[in-house]
Amino acid sequence: MRRRLRIAAAAVLATGLALGSAGCSKKNDDEGSTGEGGQVKLVLQTFQNFGYDQAIKDFEAAHPNIKVEHQKMGELRDFQPKLVQWLAAGSGAGDVVGLEEGVLFGYVQNPDKFANLLDLGAGELKANFPEWKWNNALTPDGKKLIALGTDVGGLAMCYRKDLFQQAGLPTDRDEVSKRISTWQDYIALGKEFKASGKVKAAWLDSATSLMQPYVMQNSETFFFDKDNKFIGDTNPVIKQTWDMGLQMAKDGLTAKTQRWSADWDGAFKNSAFATLPCPSWMTEGVIAPKSGPANSGKWDIAKIPGGGGNWGGSYLAVPAQTKHPKEAYELAKYLTSKEGHLAAFKEAGAMPSDIAGLEDPAFKDKTSEYFSGAPTGKIFGESVKNMKPVFLGAKHQQVWETIFEPQMQAAERGRLSSDAAWKKAVDEAKKATS
Amino acid sequence: MSSTVRAVPPSRAGSPPPPAPLHRRRTYRLGRWDLKYSPYLYVAPFFVLFGVFGLFPVLYTVYVSLFDYELLSGTREFVGLENYHLLMQDAQFWNAAYNTLGIFVLSTVPQLIVALMLANLLNRQMKARTLLRMGVVIPNITSVAAVGIIFALIFADRYGLINWLLGTVGFDPIAWRDNRFASWFAIAFMVDWRWTGYNALIYLGAMQAIPKDLYESASLDGASTWRQFWAITVPLIRPTILFTIIISTIGGFQIFTEPLMYGNGLVRGGVDHQFQTLAMYIYEKTFTGNSEYGYGSAMSWLLFMMIIIFALINFALVRRSVKGDKK
Repeated sequence: MRRRLRIAAAAVLATGLALGSAGCSKKNDDEGSTGEGGQVKLVLQTFQNFGYDQAIKDFEAAHPNIKVEHQKMGELRDFQPKLVQWLAAGSGAGDVVGLEEGVLFGYVQNPDKFANLLDLGAGELKANFPEWKWNNALTPDGKKLIALGTDVGGLAMCYRKDLFQQAGLPTDRDEVSKRISTWQDYIALGKEFKASGKVKAAWLDSATSLMQPYVMQNSETFFFDKDNKFIGDTNPVIKQTWDMGLQMAKDGLTAKTQRWSADWDGAFKNSAFATLPCPSWMTEGVIAPKSGPANSGKWDIAKIPGGGGNWGGSYLAVPAQTKHPKEAYELAKYLTSKEGHLAAFKEAGAMPSDIAGLEDPAFKDKTSEYFSGAPTGKIFGESVKNMKPVFLGAKHQQVWETIFEPQMQAAERGRLSSDAAWKKAVDEAKKATS
Repeated sequence: MSSTVRAVPPSRAGSPPPPAPLHRRRTYRLGRWDLKYSPYLYVAPFFVLFGVFGLFPVLYTVYVSLFDYELLSGTREFVGLENYHLLMQDAQFWNAAYNTLGIFVLSTVPQLIVALMLANLLNRQMKARTLLRMGVVIPNITSVAAVGIIFALIFADRYGLINWLLGTVGFDPIAWRDNRFASWFAIAFMVDWRWTGYNALIYLGAMQAIPKDLYESASLDGASTWRQFWAITVPLIRPTILFTIIISTIGGFQIFTEPLMYGNGLVRGGVDHQFQTLAMYIYEKTFTGNSEYGYGSAMSWLLFMMIIIFALINFALVRRSVKGDKK
């Protein structure tokens, strides 16, 4: 009897502890409620750093009947699953929510959970944005707009001036831009860099770094066609960058560090590579803190080989469950206006996506001290102007970050042959998207 | 103490019977009920809470696992056991199960053995005893995420402390993330670092309940300390060992944060899923991509069954083997 009881106790204990970890989180407050004095309370949910502290103060000053509660929800990968749950449950989501470009497409396909901003009067804003930025948030039939654009990620090439000098390469940013005007030139200069034999550092951080800018420049689609069907295996541009990057690795031009890992951080601090394709949000937001103050003034920024391009960028949407769609739209409209964009740029370095913001001196004349005084506003602004839209697809982020990039890294480190890694990536992606 | 308490009732029994027998019977009955049922009332809060926040989600998970349930697209279609059927053929699931089991064995076995030895050492008379005893649980109070970040740096592939040390003595660096066994080892190391002291303290508590005269007579009979440890200490704290093994099994099968941090925060668990555990795979399916809640629920339920089965197997194994030592 005692024995049976003990088994039962153990089973109950096991159940209890197993369940303990299956806990759930729930947002508490009564968002969207009308406070005293007829004041409307709006909840704004964003991830990472949208840089909206000042913009919200300005908005509240202009709209005394609205109070904004800004909930900063941490990383995108923490916020996104929660948002999906809140949208499905019909409560919990803020009145205005931030959506990243990569996840936006999934919502465009299932737009019922969001308010139609066109019904709220967003049509008048169309001319304020680059066409592609606007169209990305539009349903295929053009009848429903689910979000307004916040920032974009203009592209450039960040490089280490000091390492260039040691290797006897030009260091002036205009000169460098000229020397790397195409990707072939870029690779050739890398070989020159290595052949000098004077620098221990590699040319590029990782073979996978070329994928994003190269595909964005040379194709209208990435891993998915416009019907959201997986075409990663047949889109020739993807295999081209795959081979190009791995050939560079073979030639000893890459540092073979896995991006976003502790080793990558170490490589920045140890000056282990000389160049890195960088979207605007990466300059002050990633490179400067990772390289540390010791390397301040050693970095510089040149134009990206092959012209412009985009990498990243977000949107603001109004969930259909909000009780105050009008006020929520007002807030989203303000934050994506020129004033909102420039305030966010000042606070977090998020590059404006609206055309007026891109032309404003506050953005245009911006220079970066960390990057040897490079005119970041001018360089990134130009890279966005003649940009073509690229269709990403609902599962783009998943296919790139969790399937293609790791397999490419495996091939780069010699764990698998390039062909074997390619086959694995394609098989896995097909399975994940079927 | 107990004898004085027992001495009181007789004097009371000698007092005249109360005038109202009905009333007496009622208080008597109340008293009996009190004895019989109030313990259940005392433990009830836990079971009520457990029922609401524990049992209900588990049963609801079973229900959800029978559906093709995707949050983003809003699909909710009854498919019966289809999710389980798919699961059986999902190589990635079994790979994750294999990793989880490997990391579990690699971490739990040394952890409990070292904890047992450590407890035995701490059980002696020595200076600064309390300080040392407190010291062994310090790793346990650190945040698991912080531990994951620090050890991910120590075991980094290129700029890690260990590879740097290996390099200075002339060895090749170890590919900590690409090699399956190396990655298991590093993760098991994190788990051990955090939980060995905790288990040692539990063992120590049990050891202190063992009467000292047993050791004294064993010493008189000429038994070495080593023999005393195996012949007296281990068999007598057997229930505690069982307890720690069950707890470790539950914790080990749910391991999530350490391998996640180790893999730079990606649920993939290495380029080829070398160290993706079951919990990570469940997270991958349930919370990323298409939010496949039905499939994730089926996996969670299967993991739950696995934990129970393994806990019972461990229970049976340890029970038998430690008993064998006794005879």
